[in-house]
Amino acid sequence: MIPAQFDYVAPETVQDAIAALAEHGDDAKVLAGGQSLLPILRMRLNAPGVIVDLGRIPELQGISEEGDHLVIGAMTTYAALLASEAVSTHAGVLSKAIHTVADPQIRHRGTIGGALVHADPAGDVGAPALALGAELVIAGAGGATRTVAADDFFEDLFTTAVRDGELLTQVRVPKHTGWGAHYEKFVRVSHQWSIVGVAATVRSEAGSIAEARVGLTNMGSTPLRAKAVEEALVGRPATDEAVRAAVASVADGTNPPSDLNGDSDYRKHLATVLTRRAVLAAAGA
Amino acid sequence: MTITEERQTDAPEGEVGRSRRRKEDQRLITGRTRWTDNIQLPGMLHLAMVRSPFAHANITAIDTDEAKAAPGVIGVFTGADLKDTQGVNANAWPLNAEQKAPEHLPVAVEHVACAGEIVAVVVARTAAQARDAAELVDVDYEELPAVLDLREAVKDEVLTHPSLGTNTSAFWKLDSAEQGSGGDIEAAIAKARQDGIVIEREYRQQRLVPAFMEPRSTVVDPTGEQLVVWSATQIPHILRFLIAATMGIPESKLRVIAPDVGGGFGGKLQTTPEEFATIAVARRLGKPCKYTETRSESILSAHHGRDQIQKLTLAAERDGRVTGLKVELLADLGAYVAIVGGGVPVLGAWMFNSIYKFDAYQFNCRTVLTNKTWVDAYRGAGRPEATYGIERLMDELADEVGIDPLELRAKNWITHDEFPFTTVAGMTYDSGNYEAATARAKELFGYDELREEQRRRRESNDPVQLGIGISTFTEMCGLAPSRVLGSLNYGAGGWEHASIRMLATGKVEVVTGASAHGQGHETAWSQIVADRLGIPFEDIEVLHGDTQIAPRGMDTYGSRSLVVGAEAVIRAADKVIEKAKPIAAHMLEASVDDIEFSAGRFGVKGTDRGVSMPEVALESWTCHNLPDGVEPTIDADATFDPDTFSFPHGTHLCAMEVDTETGATKMRSYVAVDDIGVIVNPLIVEGQEHGGLVQGIAQALWEGAEYDDQGTLVTGSFVDYTLPTSADTISFVTDHTTSPSTTNTLGTKGVGEAGTIASTPAVVNAIVDAVRHLGVNDIVMPCTPERVWKAIQAGAPVSAEGEREAAPHFDEGAPNQADPDPSASVEGSLS
Repeated sequence: MIPAQFDYVAPETVQDAIAALAEHGDDAKVLAGGQSLLPILRMRLNAPGVIVDLGRIPELQGISEEGDHLVIGAMTTYAALLASEAVSTHAGVLSKAIHTVADPQIRHRGTIGGALVHADPAGDVGAPALALGAELVIAGAGGATRTVAADDFFEDLFTTAVRDGELLTQVRVPKHTGWGAHYEKFVRVSHQWSIVGVAATVRSEAGSIAEARVGLTNMGSTPLRAKAVEEALVGRPATDEAVRAAVASVADGTNPPSDLNGDSDYRKHLATVLTRRAVLAAAGA
Repeated sequence: MTITEERQTDAPEGEVGRSRRRKEDQRLITGRTRWTDNIQLPGMLHLAMVRSPFAHANITAIDTDEAKAAPGVIGVFTGADLKDTQGVNANAWPLNAEQKAPEHLPVAVEHVACAGEIVAVVVARTAAQARDAAELVDVDYEELPAVLDLREAVKDEVLTHPSLGTNTSAFWKLDSAEQGSGGDIEAAIAKARQDGIVIEREYRQQRLVPAFMEPRSTVVDPTGEQLVVWSATQIPHILRFLIAATMGIPESKLRVIAPDVGGGFGGKLQTTPEEFATIAVARRLGKPCKYTETRSESILSAHHGRDQIQKLTLAAERDGRVTGLKVELLADLGAYVAIVGGGVPVLGAWMFNSIYKFDAYQFNCRTVLTNKTWVDAYRGAGRPEATYGIERLMDELADEVGIDPLELRAKNWITHDEFPFTTVAGMTYDSGNYEAATARAKELFGYDELREEQRRRRESNDPVQLGIGISTFTEMCGLAPSRVLGSLNYGAGGWEHASIRMLATGKVEVVTGASAHGQGHETAWSQIVADRLGIPFEDIEVLHGDTQIAPRGMDTYGSRSLVVGAEAVIRAADKVIEKAKPIAAHMLEASVDDIEFSAGRFGVKGTDRGVSMPEVALESWTCHNLPDGVEPTIDADATFDPDTFSFPHGTHLCAMEVDTETGATKMRSYVAVDDIGVIVNPLIVEGQEHGGLVQGIAQALWEGAEYDDQGTLVTGSFVDYTLPTSADTISFVTDHTTSPSTTNTLGTKGVGEAGTIASTPAVVNAIVDAVRHLGVNDIVMPCTPERVWKAIQAGAPVSAEGEREAAPHFDEGAPNQADPDPSASVEGSLS
């Protein structure tokens, strides 16, 4: 389908992009890979007057290491993240989750920043960002930046801490070197959005779980971190029985959607099974 | 470019039987060809459609002023504007004189009966301008209550078309006792209730979207002497006839072209509102016009497939010998009776008895109108529904009897020494060998080993259970004997036409009326003609899809092209040989009686003298020295009308793993041994089989068009209408047994729909088999993980609606239970 007419700007610096957003206000929409935005435009569910394309801003690209953090530019594509040894070594659960995103074409266009700010609760990068305790760097007018913890980033359905006129510029991921990782994604067909997904990363010591981080995809209006489960897992052996008990309450308090792929109660059931499987796989059991 | 391969060591001597890569593939795969939407004509205008968002409404007013004033807009036309010039969507298969069918105007005038119906057409200089302006058309609707559910529709409490007075379109019945092909069904059921087994089930055939790759597109050029229509259609010849018949344009003033067409699966077996609207607007404005649908429009407004509720009663003796089958179908036609939509469910009438010998049989079909997109042919058309019903029942009966489901089938099927065999439905099958196909399938599948693994998993209470699904299917294809079509009140014949043109340079043009849209006719027909005329494969060009080039034809659907269309090609080729013989004899100064034709050469018996086919073609072209009275051409035409249908069959075995913790299903292995007679091109056959299998498996596992309570299509994009990709499927094992057909020259049978027809019950049977010991005997399609898991939890089946068991439920007051008395039912009363 043909989108409604819009103007297109492609700034080359973050500040120029923020200036463009300031100039056009509500009429502007950011293009950060476009794998969600373009379908929305083409189906005429939205008709912004101006598209601000972040694809030509070099400072938003790339993956680097700063001490005990990975620093990922917001416009880094899924494919670039998948190809990065630094990401698979230090943020394994992010690699595993991204591997399940849609299909190769989309992974070559879609970006981590675009996905995080779009904040679709069925998207696959929110849960690993929560599990890894990522920090999100947000730039605003006048060169000001602020950093928001992943736990505070997702506010509601399609709503994040990024305010009007701001841009997500970096994703800073504390290195989880040596942690086991698994992303358990439940879908009916491979290219589908997650019906439920579970991101688990685990540090093991002497056959037991020393630390665990668990993020949930599509179990509510935002990705969720299962902190009670994380705590319950500490000190447990990585056995089916021990993990089963620790994760049994993972769906408590969640409010997953009901749709053609399953009702809310079914998703809650799935979350318990998938969390057990994700944790055991992450623990190498 | 022509791609040829090294001849394999076990390859046949001739072309037929060789796995030629398709000569059309390079242009089709790269897209460097003429798809309808690629066509650009000078001064061409573009159309966008304004569609009803409501499932049922009266149109009270349409304000087009703002749209008409928008940039680039040439005109905006409502149904009222086009009324007398827009033609009508035809109902070409009315079943019987009592059938009720609402008028189906391309652009609605006063009343819309489903969401997506066109209410206005916007014409602009660019497609973008047309789309923008379409948003400015202001339509006032008076919403009417919509009836969406098939069981509700039967009650006639809410009417799809109030003016019709009922939702029932037609009732159609086949009874083996009445037509003399078998016994009395009620007696068989009564006896089984006393001392045998009666299996009663209700199955749901969900609604499907054909989902062809190329969205539909139409270009109309009204500037020449003939009106030229390009369309992404399976049926250029039928479209030409129906444009002439409904729009008042002389057929001789019409040229219809189906250029390369990207798939159809029945979804382009249609004359569409969009085609008629584009023609009407182009004629009105005198300018070339194009309309290309979006994918969303395609999913919403190109016709849907299947959508039936099947109530089935199977009677058997205690040992599993089936004595009778009674079929009561409710078939959802959607909002209108489509071109062949009214008749598609009835194609199942001869197929519910499948490969089996039943004593008595009755088929009842009630077609019903609802406020949803109209339903018509989709790959298999009537036969997948029937095959699903009987193959599910045979598994249920085997469980009841307590024997292996393959053994139960063998107890009931027609044995290879009984062909030709006339079934209880009255259809005569020419050939087949169900024992051989089944034996081969069992061997390839490792049937006994998998049964053993299934036993182990059950005993150990493995969270992942294994099930084996069986589908021993046959089907009737090769549409169709014209006399049979006539007896079914179908509006056309079933013949096919071919011409062969022998060019002076030794090349050959083969013209076929079967209009390919991805099947590979060009390659297969070239192989056949190469063998027949002794001309190199590369020197043969196959032409199709343009009524000016291929003026006669009945197009491509119903697995008819090879068994009907190619038979016409063979008969034309044989006429070429006969016409060439006197010229060859003259050239060789021999008697015609002494000429024999072999491998492209006319030889004189007992000598080494001879001339080649191209030499004769050149001689006929120069015409310098032909025998007296001989026509100076060896070109020939042939039209072939089949005497009967084609009956491919096969045994499909499917192993499914079911994760009992989540309900997720995973295909472990799939073996398809099909008997499709003699194979022209094994590679093309393999492609048809794999694609067909995936489409049938997709019905079992993934696809389903779902509406909400308002009649809005919820599965309106590929986000929600979950088509599988190669990532979701496994490598299939395919093999063949061969019982040559006795009804055509080469002994071929149709293959285009076989995989789709066979695979759906194989998959569902496997899933049910995996969890039957947990108290499950049915899962409604598509078998989503949620449905599988809930069925396991309940130890009982889960219906599509969630609150009703799928089977058996013949309790008091349930719908679809009335005595199917035709006189009562055409009035729409049920009880």
